[in-house]
Amino acid sequence: MKRHGLGTRIWHWVNVISVVILFMSGLNISNAHRRLYWGEWGFDPSQAWLFIPRFPGWATIPNYYSLAGARDWHTLFAWVFSISLLLFLIGAALSGHFRRDISLRREELRLPALRDDVRAHLRLNFSLSGGKYNTLQKIAYCVVIFILLPLMVLTGLAMSPGMDAAWSWLTQIFGGRQSARSIHFIAAWSLFAFFVLHVALVLLNKPLKNLRDMITGGRIDEAA
Amino acid sequence: MKRRNILAGLAALLTTGCTKIGKTEWFGALVDGAETLSRTAHRTLGGQPAMAREYSVADISPHFRGNGSLGVGTSAYAEDLENGFTAWRLQVRGLVERELSLSMDEIRALPQRTQITRHDCVEGWSAIGQWTGPQLSAILDLAGLRSEARYLVFRCADTLGGAYYYESCDLDDALHPQTIIAHQLNGDPLPVDNGAPLRLRIERQLGYKHAKYLTAIEVVDSFADIEGGQGGYWEDRGYQWYAGV
Repeated sequence: MKRHGLGTRIWHWVNVISVVILFMSGLNISNAHRRLYWGEWGFDPSQAWLFIPRFPGWATIPNYYSLAGARDWHTLFAWVFSISLLLFLIGAALSGHFRRDISLRREELRLPALRDDVRAHLRLNFSLSGGKYNTLQKIAYCVVIFILLPLMVLTGLAMSPGMDAAWSWLTQIFGGRQSARSIHFIAAWSLFAFFVLHVALVLLNKPLKNLRDMITGGRIDEAA
Repeated sequence: MKRRNILAGLAALLTTGCTKIGKTEWFGALVDGAETLSRTAHRTLGGQPAMAREYSVADISPHFRGNGSLGVGTSAYAEDLENGFTAWRLQVRGLVERELSLSMDEIRALPQRTQITRHDCVEGWSAIGQWTGPQLSAILDLAGLRSEARYLVFRCADTLGGAYYYESCDLDDALHPQTIIAHQLNGDPLPVDNGAPLRLRIERQLGYKHAKYLTAIEVVDSFADIEGGQGGYWEDRGYQWYAGV
């Protein structure tokens, strides 16, 4: 049996491309107004809860300040990102991937078990005791797949005036357009933190094999 | 430090590549496709007509930020301002049965709509204000649209970087109940910063669609031959024509 299903692999790489492009074009968009607010409105420094630094050209798409150009990339890849996420969520729910591999069992969430898992991670020991993923891994994947990624789509939609006219309840759920913008920013940087951790752990633990398996699928019997 | 340099190098490689791609024609076509998809999704999900949210007086922001042009730098405008815009005219021309030239008094004599709405700038900030003016549909009823009419082009007195500001919208937005020609903000005549004496309110789209210092409305079947051909000052400079996202 394959370690990673075909659907998971295709989504993983489509998602890598769209998230990286969305993040870097998002940094360019952030440069257009470098303050965050809570509530429906906000424009003045006195109303801001956060002042954001200017992101340098090497980190943004395009590689110079262009709100129009960045919005082109952002709104195009928002569609790629949302549709591929939706298909993956449906596919992984139907195939049992979530139930089998991602969902957390009650015994995994007991404190002693969690403590052991944290200790094992700190010793950089990533061996698995049955199942594809260990507990911390499952928690991280659950937070990313079920909270952060959908939150990016929903807060993104909530900021759009056309969408607000169509589904104003969505903007109101987040406490207003400026709150949605703030949450969009926080969730984006949370995903960046996950990205750094995820890549670091792959590099620390058989990087070439992990990378190859996410392309070819690998085999389950050599997964451990 | 070395690994960080490699990461920054990879990022720079990606941004340079994307910058090149962003200038190609096929990328532009893809972006136009996504723009149409977004507009269709908004129109479909909202039913007809989806209304922008209206707020209560308590929600109005203490100040309404002006952006872009904050005035018109001509002596004629200064004189108009001095005289309370008694000589100001809003022309309605193009594909109409009757061309109009409306004075401020005539505009104020039309049935008025007052709405408290949120203004979302493409840069990211928002402000809430109360706007008063006749519905654009009432003015178009007076003029009578001809059957070839497809778009409205809004002409403005202000210039940015030497070029006249202008905007455009389709009939769906032009005839929308919340699309008004505002002459008041928060119960007072429109301040100069916000487009005195007349500005467009097109509530389901971003701030740059809300043309200020309005002088004329041209009814056309295509805006391809007007100015840069993209349907607006900012559109000619790369921004999307549908500004609902």
